[in-house]
Amino acid sequence: MSKNKTTVIILLIIALLIIIVPVITMKGAEFGGSDDAGSVMVEEVSGSVYEPWFTPVLETFLGGEMPGELESLMFCVQTGIGVGIMAFIMGRFVERKKWLDKENTL
Amino acid sequence: MSKKQKKVVLFSIWVAAMFAVTPAVNAMHIMEGYLPVKYCIAWGVISLPFLVVGFFSIKNKLKENRKQITLLAMAGAFIFVISSLKIPSVTGSCSHMTGTGLGAILFGPCAVSILGIIVLIFQAILLAHGGLTTLGANTFSMAIAGPLLSFVLYKLGNKLKINKRVTVFFAAFLGDLFTYCVTSIQLALAYPSAEGGVAVSAIKFLGVFAPTQLPLAVLEGIITVLIVIALETYAKPELIKVGFMKEAN
Repeated sequence: MSKNKTTVIILLIIALLIIIVPVITMKGAEFGGSDDAGSVMVEEVSGSVYEPWFTPVLETFLGGEMPGELESLMFCVQTGIGVGIMAFIMGRFVERKKWLDKENTL
Repeated sequence: MSKKQKKVVLFSIWVAAMFAVTPAVNAMHIMEGYLPVKYCIAWGVISLPFLVVGFFSIKNKLKENRKQITLLAMAGAFIFVISSLKIPSVTGSCSHMTGTGLGAILFGPCAVSILGIIVLIFQAILLAHGGLTTLGANTFSMAIAGPLLSFVLYKLGNKLKINKRVTVFFAAFLGDLFTYCVTSIQLALAYPSAEGGVAVSAIKFLGVFAPTQLPLAVLEGIITVLIVIALETYAKPELIKVGFMKEAN
């Protein structure tokens, strides 16, 4: 169990470093989406500005691009749904293990 | 699988094969409207058999044992969370992970294709991220090709008796990376370079995605290992049922 704990802690630290290091080392970077970099590349490779032939349903509906704040809200909703489900299930698992362990020791 | 299910699967494979013959076929989230129509359709059709098999495999697994739904929901929610987090990378741009490795390891690549497409539809409609027209192509790269590689690597690691956590790490890590490789190839097929054709173009697209994605792929590997450790500790009965763990340990 304690061996597990050290592994978990080390992995968490590495994970955090991977996220934090670029932010600190690359001051002034834009941190735009790489999906957008893809569209720039399309223009470069094909040698002409590509006109998307279909606009996202939402943009048609809103009559323009979604405001940045709203977009981050939607991303949060997605994260929230996911985390909610995971936390609910994980909570049940943890609690169940407690009960099972108790029964086994009795 | 029942007889009727097999028939539907065969039919979908047959339809896909018909389309695969079309010579120029044309993938992480390709933007809405950025793929020519024929590529959109072609990728959608190629993804179809996987989705059909996945649907039945989930249905059969749940019929067999209703309780597996907890792990399945876990794998699905994992994709939801992971693919919504845009993480800064060394190249100065942000990208997000796929999160499909966990599901592929636990349930096989086809089942994940269903979980993946749910996320992709969510993002395409509500976030204008990816797109409905490019859904087929994105499904193929993120929910089929990546998980398929993860699954194969996981099985291979098991056979070679490599440490389970190391195996899980590499399965998730390379699965994520492979998703972006496939995306590059998909874009390259649709936009071959003026000189050098598809291959040169593929390398160029890969040049955009790979450096950004590499650290994130490592991150995905680590997170997947963490969640597997958590599940190993708390959800042993479920993991034994899906064949991830053996009864003895």
